[in-house]
Amino acid sequence: MGNSTNNKSTERIIGAEAVVRALLEEGADLAYGYPGGAIMPIYDELYKYQDKLQHVLTRHEQGAIHAAQGFARVSGKVGVCLATSGPGATNLITGIADAQIDSTPLVCITGQVASHLLGTDAFQETDVISISAPVTKWNIQVTKSQDIPAAIAKAFFIARSGRPGPVLIDITKDAQLGELDYSYEKCSAVRSYKPVPETNIEKVKEAAELMNAAKKPFIVFGQGVILGEAEAELKALIEKGGIPSAWTVLGLSALPTEHPLNVGMVGMHGHYGPNKLTNECDLLIAIGMRFDDRVTGTLDTYAKQAKVIHFDIDPAEIDKNVKTDVAVIGNSKDTLAKILPFINETKHEAWHNEFKEYRKIEDEAVIIPQLEPTKEGLTMGEVINQVNKETNGDAVIVSDVGQHQMFTVRYADFTTTRSNVTSGGLGTMGFALPAAIGAKMGAPEREVVAYIGDGGYQMTCQELGTILQTGAAVKIVVLNNEFLGMVRQWQQLFFDKRYASTVMTNPDFIKLAEAYDIKATKVVKREDLAGAVKEMIASKESYFLEVMIEKEDNVFPMVPTGASVSDVRLK
Amino acid sequence: MEKQLFTISVYTENNPGLLNRIATIFLKRHINIESLNVSRSEIENVHRFTIVARMTEVAVKKLVGQIEKQIEVIKAYYHTDDEIIFHETALYKIASNLLFDKREIQNIIKNSHASIVTVNPDFFVIEKTGFRKETEALYDELAPYGIMQFVRTGRISVSKTEMKISEQLKNL
Repeated sequence: MGNSTNNKSTERIIGAEAVVRALLEEGADLAYGYPGGAIMPIYDELYKYQDKLQHVLTRHEQGAIHAAQGFARVSGKVGVCLATSGPGATNLITGIADAQIDSTPLVCITGQVASHLLGTDAFQETDVISISAPVTKWNIQVTKSQDIPAAIAKAFFIARSGRPGPVLIDITKDAQLGELDYSYEKCSAVRSYKPVPETNIEKVKEAAELMNAAKKPFIVFGQGVILGEAEAELKALIEKGGIPSAWTVLGLSALPTEHPLNVGMVGMHGHYGPNKLTNECDLLIAIGMRFDDRVTGTLDTYAKQAKVIHFDIDPAEIDKNVKTDVAVIGNSKDTLAKILPFINETKHEAWHNEFKEYRKIEDEAVIIPQLEPTKEGLTMGEVINQVNKETNGDAVIVSDVGQHQMFTVRYADFTTTRSNVTSGGLGTMGFALPAAIGAKMGAPEREVVAYIGDGGYQMTCQELGTILQTGAAVKIVVLNNEFLGMVRQWQQLFFDKRYASTVMTNPDFIKLAEAYDIKATKVVKREDLAGAVKEMIASKESYFLEVMIEKEDNVFPMVPTGASVSDVRLK
Repeated sequence: MEKQLFTISVYTENNPGLLNRIATIFLKRHINIESLNVSRSEIENVHRFTIVARMTEVAVKKLVGQIEKQIEVIKAYYHTDDEIIFHETALYKIASNLLFDKREIQNIIKNSHASIVTVNPDFFVIEKTGFRKETEALYDELAPYGIMQFVRTGRISVSKTEMKISEQLKNL
């Protein structure tokens, strides 16, 4: 690890300053965090370097890490967050687990008690290395000042390379305070780690043969396309092969909503056709996705009739859930570019029409009633649709977790990649508000709209304070049905309407927003919706919009847990 | 698919915390580790974990994939018993007077090809290296006389075919 060459000039500085300078060397000029005893030397240096590195003080460490995630997801850069030892470090864990399962590059730096106190149950000592081990791509404890630059270099390299993920560096207070000979060298290789495995060109050719022979090919793509920056390559493949293509929740926005071959979402609340036809295609082409159970339903009846091609950067994903016929390992940008010349120009019109037929059924049964409701109560879909009209689908859309999240990914329009920020794998309620703050800072020129349920909003609404302090101009839309709606939906469908602990008595959200000096509007009637949305999007500053939603509306289509994707229900 | 015994060999960097990360991979899948041994390997600064666990071949393939995914794991392999040469070593501590009072113990030691490591006035220590069933058999034979202490190492093994770790390391 690290190599300090003799001809490189060194400087005598303390560990804490080395941390800040190393962050700057890695291009990190923005960090989220919360100070505390064991990380004070680093904060003291952040004070000195504040003109070069902006530190955003959140109101909770969980807010800091979700903000770093939002920043990373829209910018493609590594998100950085800082916390003190003990509770500071443990408060990061939810976000670390979220970033691990959603492959988000993060560098988390935690302070630790002085090395002579390690293992003594000292004040605010916690073994964050052990706690975070299963949910980090890599972690390390640094107890010597001299080891800091190399540890940070390695951390950034690991976080951003290959399949990205969160790393954690735990730095003891004495290492922060001690002096070292500082020089910085970026890390470009770790001998035991191969970020991008080599692509076997024979497998590429085999995959192309299967694709050329297929009568009913079907692409399902995931976030691997976005992480690999392979949007153009994906589009070229889809168009040349004439292949209907669906996305996972995290693949959303890699292909514009309006693309003619974009047939919608797969999975539990995905579109009708993509779910039904998963079990009728003759070739399933999975690109940068991992066959999550929410995508596949029961594996016993998942695409059994089809041959399966799996493109992925992570060899451990191959055959993990679904047995593949041909696996193409490598970076999606590279593998998709490699396969394109072997693909015959084709159209599969009859097959594509099958998707369109199912879409008509879904329009009739689900989509039109959701977007143009005839009932009195407002629907989440119509709110999202109204925002689409104002933003033309150009906004970064952040969603929390629950019913509104599924409505958001189903109904929000996208024209641009890296525009869908949501907690997919972990399903972390409370993610959206802080993630939206980070997203706005990662793409300051873009509109950022966060859809949040009344439940999830109250998990991290303390971050309104971060908006107040930083002026981050995020647009917050709370879709309020006075229920923990997704759990309530399941209680209605599978627990005989026993609404155990899902009824919410909510505070006055308008007063709450106003207390933080955020302009706030509440919409109760349909006729007020368009004007309020227009005002919100026109606002140059942050804006809070609360919309009272039909209380017991449900998200459909739905593949019930344990059911087959072809048993997707419309009601 | 039937569960069977697999020997998993993991070549790693020598970093603290890796044992924890590898153990977690088993724990997360509710797979019990039957034996575990960590030692240096034939390559300088490369350590080797030898882990024995019972599962299906499908499960062991996925498990090894997850182990290899760890940043500081260089390479992981799994083998069935017929693909490796393997041994365990057991130590048996017995009261010294038995050596004279119960002379048949001397025959047991001789017949089992065990050796005596040390003898002092209070106790003597027998060492037996071999397959699990051999160290178990010796245990069963000695148990009626009273075993003061018993301990057995984890399995150590070498593969019958070449693993070419050094070459792979050069390529990494």
